[in-house]
Amino acid sequence: MTLELDRVGTESARGDGGAPHPYVPLTDDDRAAMLAVVGAPSVDALFEDIPAAYRHPQLHLPDALSELELVAEMRALAGRNRTAAGSACFLGAGAYRHFRPALVDALVMRGEFLTSYTPYQPEVSQGTLQTIFEFQSLVCELTGMDVANAGMYDGASALAEACLMACAVTGRRRIAASDRVHPHALAVVRGYAAGRGIAVDVQPHAAFAVSDEHACLAVQQPDFLGRLALDAAAWGDAAHDAGALYVVAADPVSLGLFRPPARYGADVVVGEGQSLGVPLSFGGPYVGLFACRDRYIRQMPGRVVGETVDLEGRTGYVLTLQTREQHIRRERATSNICTSQQLVALSTAVYLETLGARGLRRVAELCYEQAHEAARRIAALDGFVVEDDEPYFHEFVVRTPQPVARLNRRLLARGIIGGYDVSAVAGRDGTPAMLLCVTETNSRAEIDALVEALRDA
Amino acid sequence: MPSPVDRRYSKEHEWLKQEGDTAYIGITDYAQDQLGDVVYVDLPEAGKAITQFEKMGEIESVKAVSELYAPASGEVLMANEELAQKPELVNSDPHEAGWLLQIKLADPSQLETLLSAADYDAFTASEAKDAAIGP
Amino acid sequence: MRDYGAPLEPHAMALSRPGRIGVALPPSDVLAVGDGPPAALLRDDLRLPELSQLDVVRHFTRLSQLNWSIDTTMYPLGSCTMKLNPKVNDAVAALPGFAEAHPMQPAADVQGALAVMHGLQQQLAEITGMAGASLAPMAGAQGELAGIRVIQAYLDARASRDERRTRVLVPDSAHGTNPATASMAGFDVVAVRSRPDGDMDLDALREALESHGHAVAALMITLPSTLGLFDRNIVQIARLVHEHGAQVYGDGANLNAMLGQVKPGDLGFDVMHINLHKTFSQPHGGGGPGAGPIAVKEHLRPYLPAPVVVVVDDEPSHVGSEGRLPEELRSHDSIPAGSILDPPRSGAPSTYRLADPPRTIGRMGAFHGNFGVLVRAYAYIRSLGADGLRAISEAAVLNANYVQARLRDAYELAHDRTPMHEVLFSGNRQKAESGVKTIDIAKRMIDYGFHPPTIYFPLVVEEAMMVEPTESETKETLDAFCDAMLRIAGEASDAPELLRSAPHTAPLRRLDEATAARQPRLRW
Repeated sequence: MTLELDRVGTESARGDGGAPHPYVPLTDDDRAAMLAVVGAPSVDALFEDIPAAYRHPQLHLPDALSELELVAEMRALAGRNRTAAGSACFLGAGAYRHFRPALVDALVMRGEFLTSYTPYQPEVSQGTLQTIFEFQSLVCELTGMDVANAGMYDGASALAEACLMACAVTGRRRIAASDRVHPHALAVVRGYAAGRGIAVDVQPHAAFAVSDEHACLAVQQPDFLGRLALDAAAWGDAAHDAGALYVVAADPVSLGLFRPPARYGADVVVGEGQSLGVPLSFGGPYVGLFACRDRYIRQMPGRVVGETVDLEGRTGYVLTLQTREQHIRRERATSNICTSQQLVALSTAVYLETLGARGLRRVAELCYEQAHEAARRIAALDGFVVEDDEPYFHEFVVRTPQPVARLNRRLLARGIIGGYDVSAVAGRDGTPAMLLCVTETNSRAEIDALVEALRDA
Repeated sequence: MPSPVDRRYSKEHEWLKQEGDTAYIGITDYAQDQLGDVVYVDLPEAGKAITQFEKMGEIESVKAVSELYAPASGEVLMANEELAQKPELVNSDPHEAGWLLQIKLADPSQLETLLSAADYDAFTASEAKDAAIGP
Repeated sequence: MRDYGAPLEPHAMALSRPGRIGVALPPSDVLAVGDGPPAALLRDDLRLPELSQLDVVRHFTRLSQLNWSIDTTMYPLGSCTMKLNPKVNDAVAALPGFAEAHPMQPAADVQGALAVMHGLQQQLAEITGMAGASLAPMAGAQGELAGIRVIQAYLDARASRDERRTRVLVPDSAHGTNPATASMAGFDVVAVRSRPDGDMDLDALREALESHGHAVAALMITLPSTLGLFDRNIVQIARLVHEHGAQVYGDGANLNAMLGQVKPGDLGFDVMHINLHKTFSQPHGGGGPGAGPIAVKEHLRPYLPAPVVVVVDDEPSHVGSEGRLPEELRSHDSIPAGSILDPPRSGAPSTYRLADPPRTIGRMGAFHGNFGVLVRAYAYIRSLGADGLRAISEAAVLNANYVQARLRDAYELAHDRTPMHEVLFSGNRQKAESGVKTIDIAKRMIDYGFHPPTIYFPLVVEEAMMVEPTESETKETLDAFCDAMLRIAGEASDAPELLRSAPHTAPLRRLDEATAARQPRLRW
C-alpha cells in the first residue's frame, strides 16, 4: 500500500445522509424523528447561532479510512521506527525499558478502568478511587514519605510543582537546583517558575550554596548521569539550615534496593513513574510521583483520595481535600492540574503489587549487577574509559574514542540502540562520552554483543 | 433563628463579641449553614495583627473555601486550638464553642461600623453556591 | 477512631501474605562483580504487598467491576465529552513500533513516530483554523498554561517593562482551570459576567478592557460556552479584545460541537488548546492520561512550547531527539513559512525532526508530550476524515437538542435557546417544590443505570445539571435516559425521600466526605 499521510482529500458529500459510520449511530429515520420532536427543519438550522459568514468552512483532511485500512497505515508507520522491540536497547537518560508482566496490560486495559471519568461520583467509582488510594500508599512506601498525591503529568513536571510548592510554603521566590538534575526537568522547572517571576539558580553539584532566599534545594538520585550520592543527607542539612525544603527526584526502581529519600532528610520526593511497568511509548504518557511530609498536605498540588465510610458504615474512598484544587479555589488553587494520569498510575500499582518488595529488589539488583558487569567489560576495551569514581545504579558514562553519533550508527547496524550522547551536557568538556543504561531486560547475550560491537567500532 | 443580640456582625458573616478591650470573633450560624461541613480552619497565630475588613484567614468545607475577614482591627491573643481537631464545632456551635479568635481591639469605635443582629438578619438574603461535580 | 465496616474489596496490603509473589523473575545472568553497592546506600525496610498472581488478577478485576464507564453505561457528563473510545485506537497505540520507541532515540530512527506527530499537528491546525500546533502539553490544563505563556511571551516581546500586561479576563461561567492557569502564569484574574441570555455581556467586557487599560493580556473564552451556547457576538468580542491590544485564548473543551462547522481561527481566536481526551476520543482512564495540544496563529508560532515536529529537506542527519533548528533559522523571528504545514515533496515520505521554535516558551515535560494519546487522536481523525468529523458535530448537537426538547417541560432550562452539544438544566423547580436538590436527582440517576450529568457547574447557574449526550449514543439510549429523567421528576414530587436517600442500587451508598476531609486517611 502507499502512504498518503499528507494527501489533502477532496470535499465530498455532507456527513448526514451518507454511508453509516461506526462512530455515529443515528440513522436517517432517527434524525427525522428527532428533528420533529425538536421542531427544527434541519440539523443545519441547529447551528443558527454561528455567524453565517463563518459556517461550512473547507476542511482539508485526508479521506476517512476503514479500520482495516487504518491498521495497515499505522503498522506501516510503526514499522518506520527502529525500536527496542527489535533491537538491544542501552538507552536510558530519563526513560527506562523494564520487564512488564503480562497482567499489567490485561488488567489496566479493562474497559471499566480505561473508559471511566475522574471519580466525581464515588458510589459508582470505587474501583478507580481504591486504586488511587493504593497508589498513594505504594508511593509512600517507596519514598518513605507520609503522604502522596494521585499522580502528576510526569517526573519533570512533578519536580517543577514540588519547587513551586516549596515557594508557597516558605514564601520565598528563588529555587536552588543541582546541575546534575536531568536537563529537560530543569527546563520544565524554569518554565513553571518563569510565569510567576521566580528565579532558578542551577548550582554545581556538591558545592551548593543555599541561602535564606531559597525556597528549596532540588537534587536527583541517581543523578542525570546515573550516579548515587553518598552525602545526600548533608545537602538536606544545608537546605534545612537555610530554612529551605529539600526536594529529591528519585528513580522508583532504584528504591527497591537503595534507601528512601525520607532517610536522608527529604521534605518532598518526586519521581518518574514510567520505570514501574509503563511502556516507553516515545516519551509518554507517563506519571509523576509526588510525596511529601504530612505538614505540607494543604499546599500539596494534585488530586488526593481518602478513606471514609458510606451511610451504612461500609469502608469506601472519596476524592478529598478538594478545596486545594482548581475547580473550587480557582485562581487561588495550589496548581491548575486537573488530571492524575490515572491509568498510568494504575499500571504502576499493578506492577508493584505483582512484584512486591522482593520482586522490585530483584529487578533493582539485576539492573545493578548487569550494568556493573557491562561497565567492567567495556572498561577493558582499548580507548574506552568508564567513569566509575562514584557509585552508580544502572547508568554510567563511558568516554569513547570516537564521536558518539558515529559510534551509535555502527551499533545500530548490529541491531543495538546505543547510549545517549552526553559529550556536551553541562559541566562536561566536550570529550566524546555516552550514557549507557543496562536494565534487567538486557540479557547476557546483549551485553556480549554490545561489548563486541564497541570493540569492532 | 434570629442571631444573638449580644454581639455585632459584618457583611462578610463574621460576628464579634466585645469583652472590655478584647473581643471574640467567629462566623455566623448563617455562614456555617451556607458553607456546609467545615473541615479546616486556617487562622493567624497569637501576636499577629489583623486589620478591619482585610483577610485574616480561610475556612474550608468539603467543597467550598471562604476567606475570613477581620470584623475589627487588633492583635490576635489566642486562636481556638480545639478547631484543629474538631473543626465541626464551627457547624454545631458557631456562636460559642466554635469561636475562631480572641483579639485585643485596636479601636473599639470600629464596632460602630458593624451591623446589629436585626440588621444582619435582614441582610442575609444572598445565597451560597454548591461546588462543581465534573467536568 | 472511626469504625470501618467491611470493605467491598480489601486493599492490597490487607490481602498480603509473606512469601507470595505475582511473577517470576530471572536469576542474575552475570557473574557477581565486586562487593556490590555500598552498604550505606542500601535499605531493608521496604514493605509492599506480597500477592500471588491470581490474587492480583482478582483484586484488580473486582475493583474494575465497582466502576462505571463508557464501555458499560451512558455517561452524559457535560463538558467532558464522554464518547465512544474506539478499541482500534488502543490497538494501534500498542504496536511495538510505537510503544517501544524510546524518546531519546535519534530522529532518523523514529520517523514513523514523528510522521504521526507531524500529521496530527497539521490536522489540529486545519480543524481549528490555525497556522501551527505543538503537541507538547500533556493535559488540557497544561495546554492552557502553555497557551497563556505563549501570549505572555509574545506581548512581553512587544512591550517595555513598565507596560507589562498583568491581567487576564475570564467569564464568570468558565471552568476552574482558566483562572487557576492565569494565576499560575502570574496574571491577575478579572471576571466578566454573562447576560441573562447566556452570551457574554459586551458592556462588561468593554468596561473590563477599558478600565484596566493596557493591562489586559488576554481574554480566555470557551466556545461553545460552558453554558452549552454559541456566543452570537463572538466575532465582535474578538474584535474588541484585539482593539485593546490583547489576545483571544480559546478553551477547546467544547470543540466537539464545531468540527467542520466553524473554525475558531476564522472567528479571531489567537490560541486554542484542544483536549484530545474529549473531542478526539482518548479514553479518560479514570482521570488521565489526556493531552492538551495548542494551536496558534502565525504570529505566535515562534513561541510554541518545545518541541515541535518539522519537515527537513536534507538527508536526516544523526541529530539527537533534542534536535535544534540550524543556527540561521534560530536567529529569525519565526520558523520559515510553511515548515510545519508544508505539503510533502511528491514521492518519498518526508523526513521529520524535532525542533525548538525560535522563541519557545520552553518545555512542558521531560519529552515530547503524551505520545500514546497522540497516536490515538491521529487514528481517530484518520478514521473520520472531514465528512466524518462534520457528522460527529451534527449528531452531537442534534442529540443535545433532542434531550432538551424531551425534558424541557419537566426541568427548568437555564437558557431557552438552541443549545449546541450540551444542554443545561436547573433543579430549581424541584428544589422549590419539594426540597429535592440537584445532587439528589443526580444520585437517583444511578439507580436507573445512568451516570449522573455534570452538576453544580457552571457556577453561575443555580442547581445546574449539564447533560452532554455526545454523538455516540443511539436514539434508543437517549430515549431511555430521557424516560428515566422524566420518572425522576415525578418522584421528586411524589416520593422525594427516594431521591434524598439515593443511590440505592450502587456498590456503596453516599459517602461521608466531611469526615474524610477532617481527618484525612490517605494511605494504608
